[in-house]
Amino acid sequence: MAADPHTIADLSRALQARETTAEAVVERCLQRIAERNATLNAFITVFGSEAREQAREADREMAAGRRLGPLHGVPISLKDLFDVRGTATTAASRVREHHVADADAPSVAALREAGAIVIGKTNLHEFAFGTTNEDSAFGPARHPHDPNRSPGGSSGGSAASVADGMCFASMGTDTGGSIRIPSAVCGLVGLKPAFGELSTEGVVPLSGTLDHIGPICRCVEDAAILYDVLRGGGARPAGKPIDLRALRLGVARSYFMALLDPQVAAAFDAACERLRDAGATLEEVSIPHAGDVAAIYLHIVLTEAAAYHAKTLERRPEDYTPNVRIRLEMGRYVLGEDYARAMRGRELIRREVDAALEDRDALLLPALAIPAPKIGAATVRIGTVEEPVRNVMLRCTQVFNVSGHPALSLPCGSTTEGLPVGAQLVGASGDTPGLLRVARAVESIVAARAAAHAGYLGPGRSR
Amino acid sequence: MTVKAWLEMATHDAERRGLPELKPLLEALAKATSALRTAEWNADATGDAALGPDPGRGR
Repeated sequence: MAADPHTIADLSRALQARETTAEAVVERCLQRIAERNATLNAFITVFGSEAREQAREADREMAAGRRLGPLHGVPISLKDLFDVRGTATTAASRVREHHVADADAPSVAALREAGAIVIGKTNLHEFAFGTTNEDSAFGPARHPHDPNRSPGGSSGGSAASVADGMCFASMGTDTGGSIRIPSAVCGLVGLKPAFGELSTEGVVPLSGTLDHIGPICRCVEDAAILYDVLRGGGARPAGKPIDLRALRLGVARSYFMALLDPQVAAAFDAACERLRDAGATLEEVSIPHAGDVAAIYLHIVLTEAAAYHAKTLERRPEDYTPNVRIRLEMGRYVLGEDYARAMRGRELIRREVDAALEDRDALLLPALAIPAPKIGAATVRIGTVEEPVRNVMLRCTQVFNVSGHPALSLPCGSTTEGLPVGAQLVGASGDTPGLLRVARAVESIVAARAAAHAGYLGPGRSR
Repeated sequence: MTVKAWLEMATHDAERRGLPELKPLLEALAKATSALRTAEWNADATGDAALGPDPGRGR
């Protein structure tokens, strides 16, 4: 074999051609975890013996000519919010230390039925209530490129595990950007499908109105493979690749680019220029009330999270990390009338995003305003302004949790320090397959430059 | 309840519960609540609403 497979698509082809075995691939991933997890703290639980046994079984099945599905023999990780039968779903919290799941989450079951090998469960911001992964009962997950930096959050361990070569994909959750943010800072593709498309059953909730699940992968094709499996098949983008000269993208600038790190802005602008050079039409659009989204989001997520945690906050407050506990307590003071206002605002935002998408294939904007922040930094400097990290992290993503539109982040460049920068595409309401088709076309133009900084991304990184 | 009255009540309750560290978060939340309440798209019982019909109506 000339090079280790880098993507699920490549690995699947190599396994089918008997160029490698699932056992060898799982062993390489476990070796990588053994070498690097003490530094990155990406995994909370590793299913070493189970993964090895499942890999051997996959090899036997494939040798006999049987193929369970497109993930047969592919090692993946799960954010530790997903139930796996017989194991704790810790949510990175001591609150859950005695929990044992009695069944796989339906999404996990679907992945297993397609042949996936669950290699372990990954670290996260406690109960997914944060964007840096710093507040975890298991300590912070760290960025593969620079362990002094955050891999983003809340699905930070998931992104670190994929970026560092510990597995081929991971399942994350996204309530305000928790798939797209870590994907952006780790140089990966993260898909938040349309709201309600994928079951959140068996996944620890944060906010039922805003929660989504989705994959974190190394390319758009891999994201499409996992999305199709999770939808039960038949949902992969079909038809010819999109002709870039027919592609119409709405670039959302006003609110989203008003507070943007200069290097992120430069990488995003360069990606736009490359798309224009390739023949795509880019038109400026606006979401008039985007500036109201933070207040709308806050009143929804705080209220719904507090409702879920109220009983435990009364009984075992000391079992939460201090920052997460205090933010959950804040939600107990939101008035019902303000929650109702936020829910009305949600509908307004949904309509405005629909309007921005009218006659366009997708919206294009940055995925995150800054590169990976330093762990422990309370503020970040953007130009001449010092901003709280928390205020900046959700700025480009939470609007599409509020609106429910499918959204995807993909690498579009890097900073002078080699930190990845992500762009975000947003698809029409309910049309995740359409978004994936656009993303493949955009990836073919903007991802070549992004790949140049990705030499640190673990074994098999040969693109 | 006005935002000002709400903030006084919430801050007092947080202190009573031994959670003084909540105060700056509640003050930040009060700013967000004020922004939410003054948004021109809010429904109005007089029938006046800057954005016209309730965007949620009929869905």
